[in-house]
Amino acid sequence: MISFLVVLIFGLAVYGFILNSSKARALAEFNILHSQPHYHGLYSAFMTIVPAIILLIFWSFIVNMISNITLKDFFSDVTDDGLVKFYTEGVIAYVEGTTDRIIDHVGFIPAVEHYQSLQSSNQILKFAVVLMLTLILFKHSLKFVEVTFKARDFIERIVILVMRASAVFAIFVTIGIVLSLLFETLRFFESVNVFDFLFGTHWSPQMAIRADQVGSSGSFGAVPVFVGTLLISLIAMAVAGPIGMYSAIYLSQYASDKVRSYAKPIIEILAGIPTVVYGFFAVITVAPFFRDMGTFLSFTNMSSESAIVAGTVMGIMIIPFVASLTDDALTAVPQSLKEGSLAMGATISETTKQVIIPASFHGIVGSFLLAFSRAIGETMIVVMAAGFAANMTFNPFDSVSTVTVQIVGLLTGDQEFDSPKTLSAFALAFVLFFITLILNVISLAIVKRYREQYE
Amino acid sequence: MNSITARNKSEKRFKMYGKVAVTVAISFLVILLYNIFSSGISAFKQTYVAVQLDIPANLDKKTLNPRSELNKSFLKMFPDLQSRAEKRAALSLLSKGARYEFKDLLLNNEGKDLKGYYWFLASSDLDMYIKGTVKRQGDTAGRIDEYQMKLIDILQSKNLVELHSNKYLFSSADSREPEMAGIKGAILGSLYAIIIAFLVSFPIAVMSAVYLEKIATKNRFSDIIETNINNLAAVPSIVFGLLGLAIFLNFFELPRSAPLVGGLTLALMTLPTIVIAARAAIKSVPPSIEEAAIGLGASKVQTIFGFTLPLAMPGILTGTIIGIAQAIGETAPLLMIGMVAFVVDAPGGPMDASTALPVQIYLWADSPERAFTERTSAAIMVLLGFLILLNLTAIYLRKKLEKKW
Repeated sequence: MISFLVVLIFGLAVYGFILNSSKARALAEFNILHSQPHYHGLYSAFMTIVPAIILLIFWSFIVNMISNITLKDFFSDVTDDGLVKFYTEGVIAYVEGTTDRIIDHVGFIPAVEHYQSLQSSNQILKFAVVLMLTLILFKHSLKFVEVTFKARDFIERIVILVMRASAVFAIFVTIGIVLSLLFETLRFFESVNVFDFLFGTHWSPQMAIRADQVGSSGSFGAVPVFVGTLLISLIAMAVAGPIGMYSAIYLSQYASDKVRSYAKPIIEILAGIPTVVYGFFAVITVAPFFRDMGTFLSFTNMSSESAIVAGTVMGIMIIPFVASLTDDALTAVPQSLKEGSLAMGATISETTKQVIIPASFHGIVGSFLLAFSRAIGETMIVVMAAGFAANMTFNPFDSVSTVTVQIVGLLTGDQEFDSPKTLSAFALAFVLFFITLILNVISLAIVKRYREQYE
Repeated sequence: MNSITARNKSEKRFKMYGKVAVTVAISFLVILLYNIFSSGISAFKQTYVAVQLDIPANLDKKTLNPRSELNKSFLKMFPDLQSRAEKRAALSLLSKGARYEFKDLLLNNEGKDLKGYYWFLASSDLDMYIKGTVKRQGDTAGRIDEYQMKLIDILQSKNLVELHSNKYLFSSADSREPEMAGIKGAILGSLYAIIIAFLVSFPIAVMSAVYLEKIATKNRFSDIIETNINNLAAVPSIVFGLLGLAIFLNFFELPRSAPLVGGLTLALMTLPTIVIAARAAIKSVPPSIEEAAIGLGASKVQTIFGFTLPLAMPGILTGTIIGIAQAIGETAPLLMIGMVAFVVDAPGGPMDASTALPVQIYLWADSPERAFTERTSAAIMVLLGFLILLNLTAIYLRKKLEKKW
């Protein structure tokens, strides 16, 4: 029924488009129209489709709400909200024929009858009203083909409106992130104290399933997780920082154009490799390598999920970020500064160290911050190569856990939405979002400021 | 001041550091790719065992129990076997998939004689031994015991064990048996998700890029949108996964594990990338062309759709392809919306439960079964192949369509 209605509306729209544009074309033979014929056609098509579709969506939404509320009345003796939801969904599924399971409750049969009558009257009413609206607007739009009618202005206003809505959409995504994280985080803080979370030093989110279980009350002190994240990110920066920066210096100051044009894209391939591939690489190649080295150097307490494995591989991943951002910063330094220094007899290395790097220092700091924020938010490498147990340690050969590992661990598999265990993942994600946001804002501000210096 | 020689030395040292850094970075890439390729290439071949069949044409093949019939035929090749343990050891050289292959063989040869040697899928233990993944130590190798080793020696001396091309890898979805597991389901899941991500993010991104570049007047509002998009590009992907979980699954109650939800989540993630690329492309269209159009009486919207967008399209498409390539490799947000389920059937549509290629890689890499390692590498090779293809397309588009103004 609905699909028939939609097809009908679209058919009418196409008909309106053809009718109006041909009429306008005929008119254009002897007159100068304000708008070209196809705008008249588009006007008719728009008037036929858009209000009808909006009404259709709105209508379904309202009816869904009404039927949900009225269906709940049949199960008013059930106190559990989740169970009521399950029952009402069962009624809807039964009427729609997706299941023939009858729920054992006195309210079920009356509820089904109620929903059936609601649906049948609703279907007819919806069809009639929407069709009526479509026909009225269709008829109405046909009258407007005139020399002076500004169909183009109308269509263009709509187009600009759509563009503005698209641009605002990005803001809604941000608001969506903040709200969805904040909402669950606040619920988490109903059961766990904020300060215990931020400053507590013991993290073991496993909750007792039964009340009489011993020893797993769950504690949510996130400091060990933060420390682990920091440790792995610092190891990553220790790998990526020097390699990335020296690569950028070599490629921008020494390398010939030919070498540069080959080496730069090859290094950037590292950034295009999916992180899950790095994770696998860490597990099958890097971890055994460090383990063998550990045995060779007779380290006995080396963990197979040590921080150094995840950190090193993450460092490899962010080399291109550091390299290309540093490269941008170095090449943004005015050529005159560099040439001035070289003309005074300084070697390239002296020029680089004493002129170019100081002049582009802001940019380099910005690039390091961006790479660092990337490392903090990185998920798959640490999920595969680092551990889940959150140890409070700065020893790179120990197993540590990170914020992202905890989020994945807590949210994959079965989840109940009210337990603090699940909600704690949202609190961690909120912290993660907040910190990466701040790092990003700071680094963008730094980069912008230094760029302005030379413009 | 230092002496000239000391300065030259330090200059040389500095230059060498740079060279070393570049070499190290490139060699990391080479080591990574070499590792993946060397361990994954063997997964494109699979071990098969020849079984001597003797089934006359007049036998009603529908009533035959394929499993026991195949087992009987296989055991007939080793008349020495006595104890049940020996027989069981022998039969476990064949994969569970062999009986399905045998069933297909029977159904395809209704009314014909089945005589002679036919090839059937071997178990992953035998496969790993034949490929040399597990080494022989005396009379055993990995999970292969002495009984089985004796039989393998017999089979090999008669040339009844061979490597054939692996048809399961691309024609089946996930499976508990490594030798039968494939990536068809994962590829389809990824494909659905990516198509949806493209259809959602591309129009919105291009529209907002046009708005920010051409329509919006520079004011506080457009500044907010701009910083917002720049910051959105740096939000960790896992946070988008949580957004998808909270909005698409919990609020809109869309089905878990569906490529539809994965696609929508990836769309939100790629949106800022495409917007930033599209803005750069639109900015590079010379204003003289737009001014000429306006001068001839075109309206703003007509200029945008008639001139600016067509001229900026190569740049926009390049940026979009790069964004989509990023999204294909993305795993973390898909874990959050439940696309990690073990799914044995390839999805028939975007609403069916499914995994995606990177998630399949994660699942296999996590599996304790050692035979999955080569399949993980093979899946990675396929994924990297896709990405290379996409990036080459982007490069080609840029070269082909780019204009120097």
